[in-house]
Amino acid sequence: MTTLHTVAATGALKLSWLLLAFPLFGAVVLLLGGRRTNRWGHLLGVAMPVAAFVYGLIAFFTLLGDTDRSQDQHLYSWIPVAGLQVNMNLLVDQLSICFVLLITGVGSLIIIYSVGYMSHDVDRRRFFGYMNLFLAAMLLLVLGDNYLVLYVGWEGVGLASYLLIGFWQYKPSAAVAAKKAFIVNRVGDAGLTLAIFLMFSEFGTVSFSGVFGSVKSGGSGVATALGLLLLLGACGKSAQVPLQSWLLDAMEGPTPVSALIHAATMVTAGVYLLVRSNPILAVTPDARLAVVLVGTVTLLFGGIIACAKDDIKKSLAGSTMSQIGYMTLGAGLGPAGYVFAIALLLAHGFFKAGLFLGAGSVMHGMNDEVNMRRYGGLGRVMPITSVTFGLAYLAIIGIPPFSGFFTKDPIIGADFSEHGAAGKVLGTLALIGAGITAFYMTRMMFMTWYGKRRWEPEAHPHESPAVMTWPMIVLAIGSVGAGAFLILNDRLQKFLAPVVGVPPTSEGVFSTAGLVALAFALVGVALAWVMYGRVPVPAVAPRGRPLTVAARKDLYGDAFNESVLMRPGQWLTRLSVFFDNRGVDGLVNTLAAAVGGTSGRVRKLQTGFVRSYALSMFFGAAVLVALLLVVRL
Amino acid sequence: MSPIHYVALSVILFVIGGVGVLVRRNAIVVFMCIELMLNACNLAFVAFARMHGNLDGQVIAFFVMVVAAAEVVVGLAILMAIFRARRSASVDDANLLKY
Repeated sequence: MTTLHTVAATGALKLSWLLLAFPLFGAVVLLLGGRRTNRWGHLLGVAMPVAAFVYGLIAFFTLLGDTDRSQDQHLYSWIPVAGLQVNMNLLVDQLSICFVLLITGVGSLIIIYSVGYMSHDVDRRRFFGYMNLFLAAMLLLVLGDNYLVLYVGWEGVGLASYLLIGFWQYKPSAAVAAKKAFIVNRVGDAGLTLAIFLMFSEFGTVSFSGVFGSVKSGGSGVATALGLLLLLGACGKSAQVPLQSWLLDAMEGPTPVSALIHAATMVTAGVYLLVRSNPILAVTPDARLAVVLVGTVTLLFGGIIACAKDDIKKSLAGSTMSQIGYMTLGAGLGPAGYVFAIALLLAHGFFKAGLFLGAGSVMHGMNDEVNMRRYGGLGRVMPITSVTFGLAYLAIIGIPPFSGFFTKDPIIGADFSEHGAAGKVLGTLALIGAGITAFYMTRMMFMTWYGKRRWEPEAHPHESPAVMTWPMIVLAIGSVGAGAFLILNDRLQKFLAPVVGVPPTSEGVFSTAGLVALAFALVGVALAWVMYGRVPVPAVAPRGRPLTVAARKDLYGDAFNESVLMRPGQWLTRLSVFFDNRGVDGLVNTLAAAVGGTSGRVRKLQTGFVRSYALSMFFGAAVLVALLLVVRL
Repeated sequence: MSPIHYVALSVILFVIGGVGVLVRRNAIVVFMCIELMLNACNLAFVAFARMHGNLDGQVIAFFVMVVAAAEVVVGLAILMAIFRARRSASVDDANLLKY
């Protein structure tokens, strides 16, 4: 059981607002500066995240040398009302500093890569402005010390994601994908909003320390409701079933965006929310089980989609869903899983960003071709990209000693020991998920780097410039070493223990489940070799079995949304339009028509004959006199 | 002669005037009938002033005369204009202002 004990920030951490200020300054200058900043805009766009990363490192080492590692920096009082005190506070603790380093570190690498990737884009300055805006919002999300500040960052990253998915807004598909991402995220945000409302009405506070302090005495009903609402919020942001449909379409954005926002950082915000709210989840096993279920369903769902997609980015997007499913699964396991969820999140930040940047590098050399059936045999022409991609590949499928092995397999192992019999079933599904991961990633490797060259005639693939390859090399090093670094000697576990608690029993790195998962992964690799490595890959997709067809259509996620949500919504709209036209407008129109018709008839009395007017006046006067007489008598 | 006879006379004059307004078509005659009704009122005012022994009715009779004089000025001018435009002084012919 953990509660949040914070002390006021001291020393270098007093400047933690700099973390937000750097990228925010970059965004403001680039977005308001206009064309004047075109020439040097990308340099500023790179410098600001790097500066934030440098400060993040300083803050990290300051924190390591301090005994009180949960430091709160009060910036100003944001909403000082009688019943509600919300401060703009930045909480630098063990959990948020992990995220700060991931966001600014991987973010800086991806932004450096973007200098090369976006070099031919006329709107490069705007791109860097949005990326800086995203980093500022994401840092606010992880640094806020209460749910309301977190919510501001949460919406900020949603906005940045919308702007960047629709960055090439002249493409209708990109504009639609941006809208879709925004709208689906709204559903999740409604959950988070309601959770914040509930916290305020039940506990009278929205700060982490206040809510966590009183959630135990608030009753399990409130805690379960809070847990489920937060899960809904996490589902929207992290593309978990049932709010998964936007992530695959979000690949319409530029590839660095997919790497930074839709793989490494923003989509993991849901996991951050769940892990940060661990004292709430600790009180409610029901909500934890729901989290585990969502995670398990999503890791299979995303994996199956990734197996069937020929679009390399969409396949990677399915893989992202699947990996975040593992993280969500870990977050639902309680203290046994939090550390591994965060470890997988950090390692995933490296290897998935590496995979996306590798995919971007291939697209850069292949005239933006995304269809893997038109790749093949690229390993020889793009050696650096293929090696970095390969290292990230070994990391994601969990081959020891790469990082996936150390971070994903413990989640599967912990799954078996939690939640009783349900845990066994879910753990088995997670094992199958490991096999699926190995299958689709191996498929991607074979289709892209090996086999016959199935290129379009006009494609002339070439290795990317150094500004793009170096970030990939650094990320590949991270993919190789991050897992071992974080997990061996329980480094991350000891570091995070004050925030998320200690796992009850640690089976060690080479657990039974880990070895079984490795076996499943090897079976997946072998299967992929049989299907895509041994036989040539056709350049045009075959019809495929029913499951393949379904997976190509995102397992009918869109069809489900359309028939269950959109159509009834349209009917409701039509019904209300009908009611508005016939009911509300009808009443008003009838009244107006009645008045008009009556006056049309009454105006015939206006004959134009003066003598008839005079007669009616006399008559009226006579009636008045008669009435006066009657009343008087 | 008791003042009540004057009141009776004024009623008779008013009714004659009223009937004249309603049944005659010639605008000049209608006009004169209106004058007749006004003067019937004047007679009633003066008679009642006499009966009640105060001067209020007599004063109002003066006001009515002033109003009548003004009305004659405006009314005859309008009559002249209508006659010039339409070559007719019949009130039934001037019926353009209608629905």
